[in-house]
Amino acid sequence: MKIVVALKQVPGRDSLLRVDASLRWISEADLTLETNEPDAYALEEALQLKEQHGGEVVVLSVGPARVAQAIRGALAKGADRAIHIEEDLNEWDTLGIAQLMARALEPEKPDLILTGLQSDDLGYGQTGVVLAELLSLPHATIIMQVELQNGALRAKREQEGGWFQYLELPLPALLTIQSGISKLRYATLMGIKRAQTKEVRKLTAAGLGVKPARSVEIRRVYLPRHERETEMLEGSPRQVAAKLVERLKFTARVL
Amino acid sequence: MSSELTAEAQGRGEDPNASSSASPRLRGESILAILEQRRGVYQRMSWETLAAAQHLGRELDRPVSAAVIGEAVSELAAEAAAKQLERVYAVEHRLLKPYTADAYVAALEGLLWNVQPFLVLFPHTYRVRDFAPKLATRFGRVLVSDVIGHRLEGGELLLVRQLFQGKLDADVQFTSPPPNFASIQAGAYRADQLREGSAEVEPYLPELARSVIRTRPRESFRDSDRAVDLSAAEIIVSVGRGIRDKENLPLIQDLAKALGAELAASRPICDNGWLPMERQVGSSGQTVAPKLYVAIGISGAIQHLVGMKGSKTIVAINKDPDAPIFEVADYGIAGDLFEIVPALIEELRKPK
Repeated sequence: MKIVVALKQVPGRDSLLRVDASLRWISEADLTLETNEPDAYALEEALQLKEQHGGEVVVLSVGPARVAQAIRGALAKGADRAIHIEEDLNEWDTLGIAQLMARALEPEKPDLILTGLQSDDLGYGQTGVVLAELLSLPHATIIMQVELQNGALRAKREQEGGWFQYLELPLPALLTIQSGISKLRYATLMGIKRAQTKEVRKLTAAGLGVKPARSVEIRRVYLPRHERETEMLEGSPRQVAAKLVERLKFTARVL
Repeated sequence: MSSELTAEAQGRGEDPNASSSASPRLRGESILAILEQRRGVYQRMSWETLAAAQHLGRELDRPVSAAVIGEAVSELAAEAAAKQLERVYAVEHRLLKPYTADAYVAALEGLLWNVQPFLVLFPHTYRVRDFAPKLATRFGRVLVSDVIGHRLEGGELLLVRQLFQGKLDADVQFTSPPPNFASIQAGAYRADQLREGSAEVEPYLPELARSVIRTRPRESFRDSDRAVDLSAAEIIVSVGRGIRDKENLPLIQDLAKALGAELAASRPICDNGWLPMERQVGSSGQTVAPKLYVAIGISGAIQHLVGMKGSKTIVAINKDPDAPIFEVADYGIAGDLFEIVPALIEELRKPK
């Protein structure tokens, strides 16, 4: 089974974010970068499926040269090879990114494509679904568990309010994976060493015959406005409890 | 695997100068809200999305319509028709139950060609996340997901959405001709501001073949008997790392009981298995907007804040007076939860 894992490199969750001079994006100067967390779980799922059923795991990533680091990390964990579409992400919208990926995957003909359910930076939560549509593949989103049964997939999908659902999909298919569904592995020393020799194929938009176009654009990026004025209640536990209940009953009127 | 990209999208990609002719361009007059229902009941966020559509309709001077989808939805359509709308489309087909992305997209694609909307709005639910990006792709567009507000600047519509899990906001603009697509975050618009009216119900019966549906969904189920729909709760008491030990949870359960509240938690509590995952609030859990949210021992990591900051009234109890949770709270108590929560329970149990 050939599994492609689409992963994105994003600013780490503890990064200090600063809006850049264009006011349309952030300054990348002092960022720590990491693999988008849900994508790391997608990779883990792919590696486990390979361990159970054999086959190959191919990592696919779009982004500037720095993305090579995230790709090496995935190869060190056990992915077999990688495709790096070297492009500046800010030139593209989600559809454009998915078009690049779709073009790159046409000759690959994977059986399964896995990706995280959303990115920690833009958080549109749709690259996977758009990619599935471009490749005419069935898909399912927010997946917690993947099993391969008689050449088809059985996936557990998270719904709202504690509801879940199993669904069956024929292969080839695309799934977007929920964060936190398994334990992520670490790269071993041997894995890191082996990663050095694994193939990373570099592609460009020009080579793939896709030109940037945008149907949505960010006009401005800014710090969220402070919406609420906080009243800090002080006193003994008994006093603050009384003050709080009084406020909730008569000021906020929610009790 | 098919090697064909969809024609519209491919056209846009290959020649951006021809994009407006290669991708469909609809007449684009109305704002269309796609409402979500399960088992014959509207998802609460549907009404918030309809409120957003009414706001935009007034500000942009455009007619507003709604659509409801399912096997038989005439009653639901009649319910929505009591709002100030031009029309409610009852999109009905046997194959629209149960939900599948394939059938929904096929049905809605046809509806959009009929209605020719300017803007299509969805509630940002898990189901919408599953099918709306696919529908937008059919029209060569990108869904602007998880919108928290909007503004008009020089007649241009800017949609506000969060980046970096809420650390920054962005104004996003559509740069393609209609139709455009956006989904609305829970709590961003208020259902109680919906205007009443009387709309016409128009059935729309799509042509669907069973062969378009490639996935086989099974019945939905709950892992836990006591599972709740947190998004429907009016009061939520939520607990975080500050509780220190699973053995201390009954204290918080007592408070929830005294308030008539549902119990929820931040991620570490659920990762530890102290509470089931379906009670998790935040970016990887549920987004809630109750009328009262009481956060206890929760520092307020941004992943948690995005899931609850739309709540009407927020109370935070935390040891650390600098915890970010206080920035979104209406009422804050900086102190030891093990002293404050018992006092609060006692106060709530006092006879009125």
